[in-house]
Amino acid sequence: MKNHLYEYRKFVLGGIALAIVVCYIVRLAFLQLSDEEYKSRADNNAFFNNIIFPARGAIYDRNDSLLVFNQPAYDIMVIMREINHLDTLDFCNTIGITRQQFDERMALIKDRNKNPGYSTYTQQLFMPQISAQEYGIFQEKMFRFHGFYLRERTIRRYATDHCAHILGDVAEVSSAEVEKDDYYDPGDYIGKQGVERSYEPELRGVKGVEILLRDSRGRIQGHYRNGELDRKPVPGKNITLSIDAKLQALGERLMEGKMGAIVAIEPKTGEILCMVSAPSYDPHRMEGKQRGMQMMEMQRDPMKPMLNRAISGTYPPGSTFKTSQGLTFLQEGIITSSTAYPCSRGFRFGGMKVGCHGHGSPLPLIPAIATSCNGYFCWGLYHMLNNRQKYKTIQEAMTTWKDYMVSMGFGYKLGVDLPGEARGMIPNADYYDRRLGKWNALGVISIAIGQGEVTLTPLQIANLGATIANRGYYITPHIVKKIEGGELADSLLVKHKTKVDKQYYQMVAEGMRKAVLGGTCRGANNPNYAVCGKTGTAQNRGKDHSAFMGFAPMDDPKIAVAVYVENGGFGATYGVPIGALIMEQYITGELSKNSQAKAEMFRQRHIDYGTRAR
Amino acid sequence: MEQEQGSKGIFLSIDWMTILLYVILIVWGWFSVCGACYDFNNPDLFSWETNSGKQIVWAGTSFVLAAALMLIEKRIYDTTAYITYILMMLLLAVTIVIAPDTKGSHSWLPIGSSVKIQPAEFAKFSVALALGKLMDRYGYNIKNLKDIGLAVGMILLPMLLIIAQKETGSALVYFAFFLMLYREGMTGSLLFTGFACVVYFVVGMKFSDSYLAEMPISIGEFSVLLLTMIFTIGMVWVYCRNMQAVRIMAYTCMGGTALALLFSIFVIPFNVCYVMLGLCILMIGYIIGLAIYTRLIRYGLIALFAIASTSFFYLTDSLFERLDDHQRIRIEVLLGMKDDPRGAGYNVNQAKIAIGSGGLFGKGFLNGTQTKLRYVPEQHTDFIFCTVGEEEGFVGSAGVLIVYLLFIWRLIIVAERQPDTMGRVYGYSVMCIFLFHLFINVGMVLGLTPVIGIPLPFFSYGGSSLWGFTLLLFIFLRMDAERNLKRQ
Repeated sequence: MKNHLYEYRKFVLGGIALAIVVCYIVRLAFLQLSDEEYKSRADNNAFFNNIIFPARGAIYDRNDSLLVFNQPAYDIMVIMREINHLDTLDFCNTIGITRQQFDERMALIKDRNKNPGYSTYTQQLFMPQISAQEYGIFQEKMFRFHGFYLRERTIRRYATDHCAHILGDVAEVSSAEVEKDDYYDPGDYIGKQGVERSYEPELRGVKGVEILLRDSRGRIQGHYRNGELDRKPVPGKNITLSIDAKLQALGERLMEGKMGAIVAIEPKTGEILCMVSAPSYDPHRMEGKQRGMQMMEMQRDPMKPMLNRAISGTYPPGSTFKTSQGLTFLQEGIITSSTAYPCSRGFRFGGMKVGCHGHGSPLPLIPAIATSCNGYFCWGLYHMLNNRQKYKTIQEAMTTWKDYMVSMGFGYKLGVDLPGEARGMIPNADYYDRRLGKWNALGVISIAIGQGEVTLTPLQIANLGATIANRGYYITPHIVKKIEGGELADSLLVKHKTKVDKQYYQMVAEGMRKAVLGGTCRGANNPNYAVCGKTGTAQNRGKDHSAFMGFAPMDDPKIAVAVYVENGGFGATYGVPIGALIMEQYITGELSKNSQAKAEMFRQRHIDYGTRAR
Repeated sequence: MEQEQGSKGIFLSIDWMTILLYVILIVWGWFSVCGACYDFNNPDLFSWETNSGKQIVWAGTSFVLAAALMLIEKRIYDTTAYITYILMMLLLAVTIVIAPDTKGSHSWLPIGSSVKIQPAEFAKFSVALALGKLMDRYGYNIKNLKDIGLAVGMILLPMLLIIAQKETGSALVYFAFFLMLYREGMTGSLLFTGFACVVYFVVGMKFSDSYLAEMPISIGEFSVLLLTMIFTIGMVWVYCRNMQAVRIMAYTCMGGTALALLFSIFVIPFNVCYVMLGLCILMIGYIIGLAIYTRLIRYGLIALFAIASTSFFYLTDSLFERLDDHQRIRIEVLLGMKDDPRGAGYNVNQAKIAIGSGGLFGKGFLNGTQTKLRYVPEQHTDFIFCTVGEEEGFVGSAGVLIVYLLFIWRLIIVAERQPDTMGRVYGYSVMCIFLFHLFINVGMVLGLTPVIGIPLPFFSYGGSSLWGFTLLLFIFLRMDAERNLKRQ
């Protein structure tokens, strides 16, 4: 019997079916078409990317002696499911942990919140980086510990006690670094400082990957597409530094107990021969598990041993800066080689007084450099800034002066291949307009002698020496000499010409030679080769800083050096003798007996900095 | 002579459209089982060792079963309907006792050494037949309390027996018969109340912890209260036709809610639900007033519905929160929600990942990684739809749903053309059972309905369920084929 009364209800039921199907199709569209997240989560589920880490490149010095290498370390891994009849006491004794530590570690592995990838079927990290000794004992007994395995990993080791700032170190990537660069995954290692950081892409190589299929229990079921998408790792490139390890070691010894820096450059190539920052630290402290603790300790040290003062410290260059002034005045025609200025124990004019020490007066450029006459260079700058025939305003004169300074590598980063370089400070007309409002030459005269607003990094001072040694140009100073199977960046090999002609450089070089022969730098003299030098004594809030800039031999320069000792007093006190030792070591390959004794003496001469934080 | 003509007529009257859809679903299902059961060590899809190979056998025997069923005349069902029902109920009762423990349930009867059958899968057809016979009786009136009580009792008995077998999922399927009863004239308000309860429960539970646009308003609470208002006002409209009351209530409730929401968004964020709760209470008071004024029992019932609706959410919510974890799990198991071995929502989550990763066109036959690597639990049985989603993508899974919709639509047409109540009741029972399976199974895979372990007809791996559905369907197709014969 037909039931017509309720026949309309077939539409209700059909409508329900239609509504269900439509709802589900909309839901499907949301899941499958709009959301890429499920796809990546599926890939995370099914694909196990077995990362194959390339060996990190080794680091050598310029004489091919090994500085940094890799050493295998072993992680103890555990597969929970395979543990049976474990003699926990024996196990704990073997790897030197307590029963309590064992239980804590196991609980941590099983905690899915802290260990999201936990599976009882796959290897879990039980203990990272066990020592070689522990490894030996553990391996012998491993057959008794079912479910425990060893995983090889490499850690960075140092073959030298020096070069900490240059070499830098390697540690696990931070989350910020993972975010910035897709290459890194959490747990990867990355160069954190020094060359390890600036040459990270070359040193690290490229990770390889095997794409494996993993089932829901974490077991590997084979290669995805028979491994056609797998990639082999590309090993990291070995790097040869331009550093001379022996020279560096000497430099670090000489700077013991002092704060400051030594930088030596090979003028012809711009290669940095040594770069000492004091206080320093033993690079071994950054090895392996202890790095975090050591870092923290050093960061708390008021002497800031982690700071690379050679490139990150900015100091008033003091009298070493006068050479650049002489060059500028000569090129601009403010002075000639015979222009003589008076100096009556200093520069006195219009109420302005810059003191000087006793020497003949008036005197021309070369003896002015040799005796480091303050008066001469103050007069020079005074005449330059007030020369209204040549420059319409003092601002124009100042801008011209600034351009000379910049062409010599001051005021901007030189572009050395290390992280953390500072740019120093070269004031310009704008700066004085803003700072002083109405200003005149007398108000800024101290910049002529490397005081006042002017600051340079020790690297920039050494580079000034290299530029004078080259008589007018410099190559960007760099710390890496050679990359195995690669090339140095072009920017490191560029020849920068300054705005001053060669002939004027020759005059300044002669002045620096005179300083060594009979001026402020007599301590740097060496009978075997011609040294040119310039002292610096930079005033500051505390005791003067002792500085030296020089190069040798005069006519075929092999090395240019800058020494900067904070609160060391006169340039001749620390700067000159340390610079002399560095030059001797590099040019003759060793120190004479006499010099050895001198080096030992300077090594033991410490400066008391009190508890002052810098 | 007449006999011959009869069978020829029957052959011509077979609904080939339904059979075509049935075959499409079975073949499509087989491909999905292949994807779900792919074994890295045994990639032969036709080997008896693999589930895909076995499924071919189950499908083949189902076709034989289907052909055999076409030979059994309708009058045999008519005469044996009650006996079959009683025998089936006995079998279900016996199964509780003699069936061995299979994953906690006592529903599988071993036949021989390797084959097991699940009587619960086969009992549905006997219930459908008995209901058909009952309701075909002269003078049966669904509005009569005794008559409807009998039908409901017939449905509840197997449910209780199957629950006693600890197969709550299969028992819930019998709710599908209520949908059929609705078609036969059962009052719609009952169905609607049930529907409202389910909606409140699902919406309330699912969204109780998510908040509306960074305001302190629980989406679950908000939607349940809003739905309560809409449903109540709707009922006043449909059952009482009091347009003035509808207008007053609609303006007050919707206006008040909108104002409160605007205030919360632009002035001070506060929990709008308090205002809505107040409006609901106001509305209930108004309807009670109407009931007293008009002396119409309808208003009272509607007020009761509104009170029940409002309190339902708060009651279940606070009850659920007060329970201990293990008690809550027991209730979830009782409700047929499967336990979750790897923490909150692992199964459903993996199912969503598998489906979501399929994209528009899927990863291709046998190229699904999630299902092949066993990330989805029960993937060849209850979660088979994941394989479709992953390997065939949106196009494939939407396609399956559309074929199912056509199938159900066809069953409605066929059921409606039955000359007698028995055929129609049986046909609607069949259609409602398929619809219920589709709704729960696909819904749970998509994370929309609770995880209840019932198969997706023709897709899920397994002989019992495939035979059960074939039995259910082809008894109906034979009945339909006889529609043009005169009743003797």
